Amino acid sequence: MIDKLDPKQVKEMLIYTADKVIEQKPYLTEIDSAIGDGDHGIGMAGGMLKAKAKLKNQEYESVYDVFADAGKAMLMSMGGASGVIFGSLYLAGAKGMEPKRELTAADLTVMMRRSLEAIKERGKAQPGDKTMVDALEPAVLVMESAHAQGLPETLRAAETAAKQGMEDTKNYVAKFGRAKSLMERAVGYQDAGATSVWLIFQGMREYVEGK
Amino acid sequence: MRKIINEPENIIDEMMEGFISAHARHYEKHPEVNGVISKHRRKGKVALVIGGGSGHEPMFSGFVGKGLADAAACGNIFASPDPNTIYETAKAVNSGEGVLFVYGCYAGDNLNFDMGEEFLNDEGISTAHVRVWDDVVSAPKERLEDRRGIAGDVFVVKVAGAACDAGLSLEETVRVTEKARDHTYSIGIATQPGQLPGLDKPIFELGEGEIEYGMGLHGEPGIKRTTMRPADELVEILYQNLMEEAEINAGDEVCVLVNSLGSTTLLELSIVYRKVGELLTRDNIRVYDSDLNHYCTSQEMGGFSITLMKLDEELKEYYNAPCYSPYYAKEEAQK
Repeated sequence: MIDKLDPKQVKEMLIYTADKVIEQKPYLTEIDSAIGDGDHGIGMAGGMLKAKAKLKNQEYESVYDVFADAGKAMLMSMGGASGVIFGSLYLAGAKGMEPKRELTAADLTVMMRRSLEAIKERGKAQPGDKTMVDALEPAVLVMESAHAQGLPETLRAAETAAKQGMEDTKNYVAKFGRAKSLMERAVGYQDAGATSVWLIFQGMREYVEGK
Repeated sequence: MRKIINEPENIIDEMMEGFISAHARHYEKHPEVNGVISKHRRKGKVALVIGGGSGHEPMFSGFVGKGLADAAACGNIFASPDPNTIYETAKAVNSGEGVLFVYGCYAGDNLNFDMGEEFLNDEGISTAHVRVWDDVVSAPKERLEDRRGIAGDVFVVKVAGAACDAGLSLEETVRVTEKARDHTYSIGIATQPGQLPGLDKPIFELGEGEIEYGMGLHGEPGIKRTTMRPADELVEILYQNLMEEAEINAGDEVCVLVNSLGSTTLLELSIVYRKVGELLTRDNIRVYDSDLNHYCTSQEMGGFSITLMKLDEELKEYYNAPCYSPYYAKEEAQK
């Protein structure tokens, strides 16, 4: 179990998470095909590949630079709504932070809160709109009350909350993207972006637990 | 559906390569990103940059040309280009008078183009955008900005291109382009799904003999799913729905586009137009110009859309300005 991450470990964690998302490309495609246009898996996997390629041969002084580089690689290559949104998940929270050589649960929590606010601002999405915010916001909220218990516990709580948030998107009518025009026909299906948020927290949790 | 492709992951790069080399007389590719750039672009005017997801060819790349767009930023299949592609493409054609972006109103495009504009603004380049939202059934009137852009892009890009070419200021090109956008109304019907290259399932499913009124270019559900009818009946229903939303009245003058969504043929589009023209005449709406073509497609999707742009003297002037791309051209108008 790891309670603090140095830049090299953050890099390993993001690469591990990227591999996890890439592996789940068919699953994300299937979920998005039900109510979207089926390209979420392709987009996420493509972005994660770019993030991996960017991180692979770099050495970092600050933990935030690792997130920022991964986010930038996604933002500048993916396109679609998910490019801006998931690029911002890593980039927006890390941008402008004081360089640091270790990442604690509290640091990650602050970063994720800043990313969440930037995503809500840019994407104009609120909880209940059937977007990735429905998984990210509850995850950030539990992180804010759990971070004193260390990184593994914080990420366990975040993953559980993100998963619940993802399940809850089944009950919502979409307000954005192509599922929007489905109205109540989208009810019963989970949002693909919320699913990716869950996978990302799961990846981070597995890495710090040493799985 | 069998697609004529090589490796699915190379689709966009290979399409770009082929498209640019086939049209080397007119186009060049941005050295780093998927931007199609007109070789004949003029300096000293507002640069017009269009763009969106690939897969709708000839929209958007085929609308780069003289009197049209100076460049198109192209995304992956059905996905908006990323902000860097938009930024680099626009920067390559900016000649100091600012950049006007015209694109279809979709969540992904809005986010990415906004960010691309921010990068340009950070460098002191002035920008503006006009989002096209002509699909009248995609959201009610009260939520105009939630409507999607479909084949109406053609008329809006045509007018925007002419306005930029005429040397108007950025502010003025926005005013004229918004007027074209606000006077343009479309509605579509789907008879058969298209399929994304590299995926093994169609984008949506339609039962045997089923059609859907108002379905979007990416399979977004429309207003009503029903069974196939003769062309005249389909057109009558579409026309009625379109005219309920369009602010077009007896005595007005319009341009008409009957656009194939992919596999619907010119033969069929002609039969559609026959009825559209008849209904417009009945309602005492004068057809100034009409066009039957495959402009805004969704792979081999079956179906068509009808677009009307209501004209006034100013729009007519810009509509009449000659333009040329290998996929869209207007001669000097016959008076």
